[in-house]
Parts: sequence; structure tokens; C-alpha cells
Amino acid sequence: MPRLNRETVAVTGNEAVAEAMRQINPDVVCAYPITPQTEIVQLYAQMVADGKVTSEFVTVESEHSAMSAVIGSAAAGARTMTATSSQGFALMWEMLYVAASYRLPIVMTTVNRALSGPINIHCDHSDTMGGRDTGWIQLYGENHQQAYDNCLQALRIAEHLDVRLPAMHMYDGYVISGAIGPLVMLPDAKAREFVGPYHAINPLLDVANPVTVGPFDGLHGWYFEHKVAQNRAMDRALTVIQGVADEYAEISGRPYGLLDPYRLEDADIAIVVVGSTAGTTRMVVDKLRTRGVKAGMARVRVFRPFPHEAYAKALEHVKVVGVLDRADSSGAQGGPVFLEVRSALYDSDPRPQVLPFIYGLGGRDIFPDDIEHAFAQLEEAAQSTRRSSIERRYLNLREDK
Amino acid sequence: MDSGPSGGAAGLTEIRWHARGGQGAVTAAKMVAELALGQGKYFQAFPEYGPERSGAPIVAFTRVSDDPINIYSGVEHPQIVVVLDASLISAVDVTRGASNDVVILVNTELPPGGVRERYGLKGGRLFTVDASRIAMETLRRAIPNTPMIGALAKATGLFQVEDVAEFIRHDFAKKFSAKVVEGNIAALTRSYDEVRGE
Repeated sequence: MPRLNRETVAVTGNEAVAEAMRQINPDVVCAYPITPQTEIVQLYAQMVADGKVTSEFVTVESEHSAMSAVIGSAAAGARTMTATSSQGFALMWEMLYVAASYRLPIVMTTVNRALSGPINIHCDHSDTMGGRDTGWIQLYGENHQQAYDNCLQALRIAEHLDVRLPAMHMYDGYVISGAIGPLVMLPDAKAREFVGPYHAINPLLDVANPVTVGPFDGLHGWYFEHKVAQNRAMDRALTVIQGVADEYAEISGRPYGLLDPYRLEDADIAIVVVGSTAGTTRMVVDKLRTRGVKAGMARVRVFRPFPHEAYAKALEHVKVVGVLDRADSSGAQGGPVFLEVRSALYDSDPRPQVLPFIYGLGGRDIFPDDIEHAFAQLEEAAQSTRRSSIERRYLNLREDK
Repeated sequence: MDSGPSGGAAGLTEIRWHARGGQGAVTAAKMVAELALGQGKYFQAFPEYGPERSGAPIVAFTRVSDDPINIYSGVEHPQIVVVLDASLISAVDVTRGASNDVVILVNTELPPGGVRERYGLKGGRLFTVDASRIAMETLRRAIPNTPMIGALAKATGLFQVEDVAEFIRHDFAKKFSAKVVEGNIAALTRSYDEVRGE
């Protein structure tokens, strides 16, 4: 039986991230409070007031301003962090693209929450899934420990000279952000050594070497080349993300990959899922295995860049893959993760079936029985001689029956 | 498909808390998680979030386990149900999903037989304690969460009342005066002594 580490503390997911931020002690933090991220901002403001960190804490009047101030300070040469959720993330929208195109290694915690309307403060992944094309690195965590670990790693990934892109890391609103769970932190000195000093590239405040950031580029300018350069940095990030994870594993004893496979080696059916529901799915996989069902799971860790080769390799032997999306892409063939996974498996021969499931919108709870129900549908598809419909399947949806 | 308590994991205890906003149920749910940490066990505590209105019915959950806890769903099949306000029994199905050997602990001045009679509560092993009165007498506030923890220790054996007292001395002392700390310990031990079973 795995023993509880003696260094374990009981914290909320937000407290775990505030502690990671304390250890990082960035030059600047600009943030605006929004449920369910608020606790991070509140705790960090307290740390600033108590002198536990030396960050310049900039209070702003909106998330648009938060992201603008983050961009300004990062362009000036500061190591800068922020945090948001849902509508706040949506209000940052135009500035998210600007941050990425300026190649500023900003780190942002986004506590996943549904987007209005109807107004809803609970967990789903609509906010950051909608931001998947902004040019930010995206890491998703499952629990308190991963929220903390990803926060530290996101900084190193973003600041790596092969990357230099902003990075956001996510975890489920309320389910993790407000729940008490176990966390093992790195000692402060170890965390700071891992994070290392910050080296700004072409900072605006280097007056001896003046630069212009974000000028108008015109019809015959270099916008196209600039975007291609951004995308190439995104491709290079895959190697960097794994390198940073390996280095982190050495000091923490907690290994991370691009995705998190579970009992996939000999699986006939598998679920791909993001966030805390991976934990519940892992439990269901164990239960099905005791019944002789060859079930497996892949938890999405890195969504941008999407490690399509890693998914193809991990899933190509599986007969039927079910992708559980906690966000939908209205009018598309399925949710955002479904589209990626199905596309990643297109060149596999034989090609696994990939079926779309939508669950948990607006915080609708998902129970082990719901996940078993999804696996049952995958099993049925695996036994059928015909390929199954790829109409969306909904888990724990209230429908007239 | 009934997967049983958390899919049938051994060594897992699932608690569901029913209360009204302002009674401190979320704090109590978290305190039990921290007590589990003190025992070297895995833990999880979270409220079922809704509008946080004083007096509105709320639900919170605690899981305590010998093994790492993977499940993040709300508790469907509790082994322990704690009711911080007896009037909820007529408003909410407090034993929903629970088996017949569930331990039910209710804050009320009534003895267990009286609760069954007044609310028609069936099944389970019922315990009652007048936690609100104990809170008023020891803390001068009708916040029944600490006394409920004392009664829970007695009714379930999930943790030792001495360990709770130790926890309160350490943890509460960071935020509260010595008087408040001692008041909480008095509330704890009195409810431990006064809780009634069937």
C-alpha cells in the first residue's frame, strides 16, 4: 500500500498554486479576482503584504488590464505571473494573442470554469479549450499535486530559449481549486534552484539596446513569417516540456510525460480525459480490469502543443477510444480533445475507432457509473463488426426518456 | 449499475455532511480531512458548491482512505452521514444512497427514538447529540461543528477525541485566542460524553 508521504500538507488546489508562486517569487504579479481563482490572488496579496515575497503586486480593474499589465511588465524585462478563470479568461482574449506573439514567457494559472451563459461558476473546460489557438502552451493537471508541479514546470518551459512562449496551466475549478487534498511541496531552496534566475530577452528597459515591441507591420511586412516562427517554437516545446519534466522528476520523484497513460499497453478500449475526471476514470479502469475487461486510459497533460505522435503511439493498438470532453465545439464533429485525438490516429493502420463523449458542462458531476457506462459503449463498439456512429454521446445528461 | 462506495475500495470511509449555511459544516469536513492527515491517511474534503447563503441547505463531503484517493465525484454511498440541523431531515433525503448500516449523527435535543418518531427516519445506526446547546454553553455561539466532531469520534471511532483536542490546540491557536481554543475543546469533550446511540 502506498504510504502517505510524511511531508504531506492538507491544502486547497488554489493554496497549492499560491505556494508555488511564493517559491517562484516573480518580479511582478498582476491579477484580478474571479471565482474560483480568487483565493490565489487573495493569498498572494497577503504574502506580499506579509513580506513573504518581493513581487510588485499590481491590482487592476479588469482581466483585460491584468493581461495588459502582465504583457507590459514582461516586455520591460520582468518575470511575470497572473491567474484567472472563465469570464476573466474571456476578457483577456485579444491580449492572450498579443502575449504569445511578443514571445513573452508569462505564466498564468487558469482555474477551469464554465463560460456564461446561463451564468455558471462551476467547472468545465470551455474557457481554456476556447483559448487553444492563442499561441500559449497549455498544461492540464489532475489534482492538487499536479497543480503545484505544473506551475513550477510551466515557468521553466515558457522561459526556455527554444520556446519563449507564454504558458498556462489548468486544474478543475472547485473540484480541485476549493477542495482540500494532499500536497507535497519541494523545499523552498530546491524549488528556487529548479526555477533559477530569470534572463529577459531584449527587454524594453535595456535603454542601451533600444527595441520596439509590437509595432504595426503592414501588408508587406513579416506577420506571416512571425506566425510561422511562433508555431515552430510551439513544436520545439514538446522536447522542452519532456526535458523539464525529467529534470523535475529527479528532484521531486514525480515523473511526468506529455500524456499520462494508465494500463494502456494491452488495452482493447480506452478513454482519453482531461483534469480531475482522470482520477475517477482510473478507478473505473481498475474495477473493469478485475472483471477481465481490457480497459485503459490516457490523461491529457499537454494540450498545446498537442503531442499527436505520442497519442498515436499510445493508442494505435486500441480497438475503440472514447474521448471525454468537458467542453464542446458547437457545430464541430465533437469536443476539442476528440478532434485532436481522432486526427492524431488518422494515419494508424488499422485505425482505431474514436467516439466523442461530452460530460460535466457547467459543473454537472460525473460518477463512476457514468464512466462505466461510457466504457460499456466502447466495449459494444469493439465487439461490433460495423463502425459505430460518431454522434456525440452525453454522460449524466438529464433528458426526457 | 451500482459500483458501491467508491467502486468498492477497501479502507475507504466516505462521509456526507448535511447542514445549513453558517453552521460550519465545510470547516468540519475539512477538519476531519486534516485529522486523517495526522493519522498518516489519505484524505479529501469538499463542499457541493452552491450559492453560499446563510441558512440554505448545504452538502459537504469527506473521504478518508488508507490508499491514494482517485475519485473526485460527490459521495453517493456514504458510510457516515452527519446532520448539523435536524430540520433538514424533512427537507432533504439525508440517507440517499446509504446502506442500512450507515452511521447517522444528528444535532438535536431529541434522543434517537425521538428523531425516528418525529421525522420518520428509517434505517442506519442513529446517534444524536445536542450540539447547538453545547456550542452555546461552551462557545456562546450556535455553531455546532466542533461538538459534532466530538460526537463523531465517539459514534464512529474514526479518530480519537484526544487527537482532535491536540489538533484544536495546535491549529486553532494560530487564529484564535486561548479562550476560544479552550471553549472548543470543552465543546468537543462534552459532546463526546453526551452523544446518545440506540
